[in-house]
Amino acid sequence: MKYMLLIYQNQASREALAEDPDGLMGEVDAIVEELIGSGEWVGGEALADVSQSRTVQVRGGLPAVTDGPFVEAKEHLAGYCLVECETPERAIEIATRWPDARLCAMEVRPLMDPSGMEM
Amino acid sequence: MTTAPTGAAVEDLLRGLAPQVLGALVRRYRDFDTAEDAVQEALLAAAVQWPDQGLPANPRAWLITVASRRLTDQWRSDHARRRREATAAALVPPDEALAPAPGERPPHEEDDTLTVLFLCCHPALSPASQVALTLRAVGGLTTAQIARAFLVPEATMAQRISRAKQRIKATGIPFRLPPEQERSDRLAVVLQVLYLIFNEGYTTTAGPHLHRAELTGEAIRLTRAVHRLLPTDGEVAGLLALMLLTDARRPARTRPDGALVPLAEQDRDRWDRASIREGVALVTDTLRRAPVGPYQLQAAIAAVHAEAPRAEDTDWPQVLALYQLLERLAPNPMVTLNHAVALAMVRGPEAGLELLATLDGDERLAGHHRLDAVRAHLLEMAGDLAAARAGYRLAARRATSLPERRYLQARAARLPDGSR
Repeated sequence: MKYMLLIYQNQASREALAEDPDGLMGEVDAIVEELIGSGEWVGGEALADVSQSRTVQVRGGLPAVTDGPFVEAKEHLAGYCLVECETPERAIEIATRWPDARLCAMEVRPLMDPSGMEM
Repeated sequence: MTTAPTGAAVEDLLRGLAPQVLGALVRRYRDFDTAEDAVQEALLAAAVQWPDQGLPANPRAWLITVASRRLTDQWRSDHARRRREATAAALVPPDEALAPAPGERPPHEEDDTLTVLFLCCHPALSPASQVALTLRAVGGLTTAQIARAFLVPEATMAQRISRAKQRIKATGIPFRLPPEQERSDRLAVVLQVLYLIFNEGYTTTAGPHLHRAELTGEAIRLTRAVHRLLPTDGEVAGLLALMLLTDARRPARTRPDGALVPLAEQDRDRWDRASIREGVALVTDTLRRAPVGPYQLQAAIAAVHAEAPRAEDTDWPQVLALYQLLERLAPNPMVTLNHAVALAMVRGPEAGLELLATLDGDERLAGHHRLDAVRAHLLEMAGDLAAARAGYRLAARRATSLPERRYLQARAARLPDGSR
């Protein structure tokens, strides 16, 4: 089963990352290395700072583009990784070890499978 | 060289020979990891050369010779392996014909396919590794083909295969058939892996995920090979029959837009009659002579469905009796779910719902959408449409398969909303 681990940041975790980028990124690199080695790593990306984002909405056929996230969210998405694990417990275990889990939050979401069984 | 065969014919031939060539190399050089890479290279060379230049007189010998050369080249270029090269050189007399003469039947050819299969499905490997290694080493598929089928990057699949091979090396699993007293447990794992491969491709019929549908055909091909090697084993025959009878419904199981069609609503004229005939004959013959097992019973149930000209002609008392037997032989909550449906068809939805209630505290099914889906179906049969609708919606939220979720949403949508 594939799981997406969504990495969340807030003001405090952004500052923690700015204080010790090498230490925290080193932690992440070590986990990614291990996941590649175990054959569980499918992919992942980091997102640019939230100040670089645009929110797009179409209402009554008219597009409106605004700077930043739609609401002044306390937490926002900072990146994701995609893993394939034998059990949901294993996906949660991986998320637990991510530094962002202690600094802000990680969200574990199963992916939809394109195939299914006869009903 | 004879006349040039087509690429597809070469591929079929190569994939049948792959585990035999690998077996010959592993017995000679005792290094599964390197031998497996060398065999893949030899298969690739043959796939390029044979359609162009024609088949060699003895394709198996050609592959063994080319793979052996690759393997010794690999050893020579690898300084760290110098000592082993010396050992190998001592084992192999110079210019020795590595393969028997054309027409001569190699002694281990058939055992080798089985031995490689048992090795790839060793219980020390994770299910994902067993599947990947089986498809490559026994199925002769490339890493890229397997990665495409499982919708992961090639690097991820390559890592799984290499990790599985390292694990085989680290645990020192010997290259021989498992001892007699372990044989049936180990064969059960092999059949489980083959059934897992079959189910991966089950409802995918078109679109960007077509490669995955090919896994179903590959699982049938491999199970057929095992059945040829172990013709008296009832469960091997049972699994092959189950796959054939299930796969026969494939043309009717999905609409062109990918939507699932349930068994009761399938256009039975579209079922594959040749597969059904073969599956029914296989399971009938097997049940007569072999001790009964779970795959044979599931195949027998599939055969009862296959033999009903219309859904309403289904011999439900027969299906129910088979599920009762299966439940005693191999109890499992998924079997109970299907048993409940059969019970509802024979004795009415209340009886089915009562049986379902026994699963409520079952950890193995906690939060599983299939339990909600079956309950909704039986509630619908019982006329409690509001509860059925709520059940389908709950099941749809819990489903992690796109076609299943779509089906459950559609079921809910056609029932009246209880709140109005």
